[in-house]
Amino acid sequence: MQVLPNITIEHYLGLSAVLFCLGLFGMMFRKNAIIIFMCVELMLNAVNLALVAFSKIHGDTDGQIFVFFIMVVAAAEVAVGLAILMMLYRNMHTTDTDQLNSLKG
Amino acid sequence: MLTEYAFWLLSFIAVFSGIAVIISKNPVYSVLYLIMTFFSIAGHYFLMNAQFLAAVHIIVYAGAIMVLFLYVIMMLNLNNIETEKRHNIIKLLAVSAAGLLLLVLSGAVQKADEIAVSGKVGAAGMVENLGIALYRNYLLPFELASVLFLAAMVGAVYLSKKNLNETQSA
Repeated sequence: MQVLPNITIEHYLGLSAVLFCLGLFGMMFRKNAIIIFMCVELMLNAVNLALVAFSKIHGDTDGQIFVFFIMVVAAAEVAVGLAILMMLYRNMHTTDTDQLNSLKG
Repeated sequence: MLTEYAFWLLSFIAVFSGIAVIISKNPVYSVLYLIMTFFSIAGHYFLMNAQFLAAVHIIVYAGAIMVLFLYVIMMLNLNNIETEKRHNIIKLLAVSAAGLLLLVLSGAVQKADEIAVSGKVGAAGMVENLGIALYRNYLLPFELASVLFLAAMVGAVYLSKKNLNETQSA
């Protein structure tokens, strides 16, 4: 007897949408710049999940290769972003995005 | 049958720890919950027969990126409790914007064809097929990614130099 329905592409896309919206919500909700970075990572992972699901149903590797390149860009982004954050903290002594409101000074 | 249970369990863990990332007061807890989310997403990759991707995901995210996050949080000594809060109007705007986007996305997902994911058996996620695709069809993007990493490395080292202001003014 089948208790739970079969897992379709709809389920994976729904989970991906929920995780993406959680990341977006966190980006707007939190003030700490490090948490905002983590929410960006959450959104990138939601997209990765959808790409892998598409790759699975089509049975080819292109979606997974795309996920690899998203991981590459995410790693580069985190390295540069955290370096910027450290420089900001050294000069302004805060990572609160409400106080980081000027480009110079 | 086992696949369905695993799917719902992993989805619950992913969404629960995603919420916990946002509402945790302490940034260190946020990092730990985010690692939990990444592990459950890696479990989803396993379910979809993308074993190599799951391994790479754990190594890159849990092993490298989140360690970098933890390192920066502890170096900047940010693990104090955040006291200041957002205005209520901004909270309301954040909730409504994210909720509306979720509404639009779920409306779009409703129209998707009911293609079963779990039933199909594919060898697309194996190392052999991925390697062939990566080094044959996607060789140029692969090489360009190394240039991107070099640029990111140089940029990160330059930005985190200690006396940036002194060297510029001198």
